[in-house]
Amino acid sequence: MDFDWSVIGGALPYLWKGMQYTLELTAIAALGGLFFGTLLALARLSPIKPLSMFAAGYVNLMRSIPLVLVIFWFFFLVPVILQVAMGYERPPQVGAERTAIITFIMFEAAYFCEIMRAGIQSIPRGQIHAAQALGLNYSQTMRLVVLPQAFRNMIPVLLTQTIILFQDTSLVYVISATDFVGAAAKIAQRDGRLIEMYVFVAIVYFIICFTLSLAVRQLQRKIAVIR
Amino acid sequence: MGISLDWSVFLQELPEGGVFYWEMLLSGLWWTLGVAACSWIIAMLFGSVIGTLRTTDSRVLVFLGNAWVELFRNIPLLVQMFLWYFVVPELVPPLKAWVVAAEPSHAQFLSATLCLGLFTSARIAEQVRAGIQSLPRGQRHAAQAIGLTTAQMYRFVLLPMAFRIIIPPLTSETMNLIKNTSIALTIGLAELTFRTREMGEYTFRFFEAFTAATLVYIAIAMTANRVMALIERRTAVPGYIAGGK
Repeated sequence: MDFDWSVIGGALPYLWKGMQYTLELTAIAALGGLFFGTLLALARLSPIKPLSMFAAGYVNLMRSIPLVLVIFWFFFLVPVILQVAMGYERPPQVGAERTAIITFIMFEAAYFCEIMRAGIQSIPRGQIHAAQALGLNYSQTMRLVVLPQAFRNMIPVLLTQTIILFQDTSLVYVISATDFVGAAAKIAQRDGRLIEMYVFVAIVYFIICFTLSLAVRQLQRKIAVIR
Repeated sequence: MGISLDWSVFLQELPEGGVFYWEMLLSGLWWTLGVAACSWIIAMLFGSVIGTLRTTDSRVLVFLGNAWVELFRNIPLLVQMFLWYFVVPELVPPLKAWVVAAEPSHAQFLSATLCLGLFTSARIAEQVRAGIQSLPRGQRHAAQAIGLTTAQMYRFVLLPMAFRIIIPPLTSETMNLIKNTSIALTIGLAELTFRTREMGEYTFRFFEAFTAATLVYIAIAMTANRVMALIERRTAVPGYIAGGK
């Protein structure tokens, strides 16, 4: 068996470009997912029945089908929806990279929703009563009292979910987007060096994810002491 | 809307003839369920053993168990799939010889099953460990006090309790496993999502094909949920946890 690790050196600039896209996708999807996830969580917990039913339905749907299928769905649907919404004559070319961003925001929203829901429900009822007694309305109660505490309690879980998201973004490979794995796969196939490339990719992911998960555990311990 | 739906597309034959599109999706479903079932067995076996090792007094065993979990948890499943399919056979010559001679679908099935089985084993090991550690310390001490060996203590006291406690998280891991089988399409395994996309490409009826697959996945998830709930009710320890009344 002969290994030629030098192929990685030459590929580094291209791999770095792929990694930049992976990081960008992770960051945008995490922030967007958190934003919409929080809205979904508020909807799920709201006393307005149709709203909570819609949110629950959306979350359950997203969570019961595979991410690969979700990616295919959006890759197909986004141009169609844009065409109808904008009144174009034919479906616009959106591109795999941009579709992936929309997909992951929508998909992660379902997962972040469940985390935020747990976070909101972990706040003692007395907090809400106290806020109401102070004369705060619903949006003030949520914005100033409940959500800040829910975020804080859920920070370790949110970060862990972001690490999972970072790994999951590799699945944009199925729509041929050039993320870190996509870049590595393209070079691996061009040079016929699959072993070296995929082992390298695995090591890079392992180092990043393992380090981050250790950091999250450290943080968890710190937060636990303060409380 | 410029889209017209035609649900009769499932009753049409493929261009090669002889096979209907619904049969094509069904054949994908069997691969999905086959991979899921086989890798579930691997995951439960390895997961139980590794999870148990992590609760023993031996530092070496705990370290090995932890290393196992961290290894599988910190590499994307897609990359693991590539490693099992493209890299492992190259490193194991006899396996390589078999892969070259075997039908592609058999090699894909083996790689996907091993990959998903071991990946899920790390997640199940985590649940098993948590389940054992959630038991009151007295259970362990009582088992030791009546003279059980370590193996007997796990076999008769700790594991029977721990497994009952962790049925709900095992349910969600089982569902994750079924969903994750779709990643096997990246190595060419013709499972449900693969067939769904293929049908879309043949007919341009993406909406109908994806809808069918979505409904099938929802049905699988609901069935798995029901089965696990039934097991949970059957095995509940009376007067313990949220179990039997």
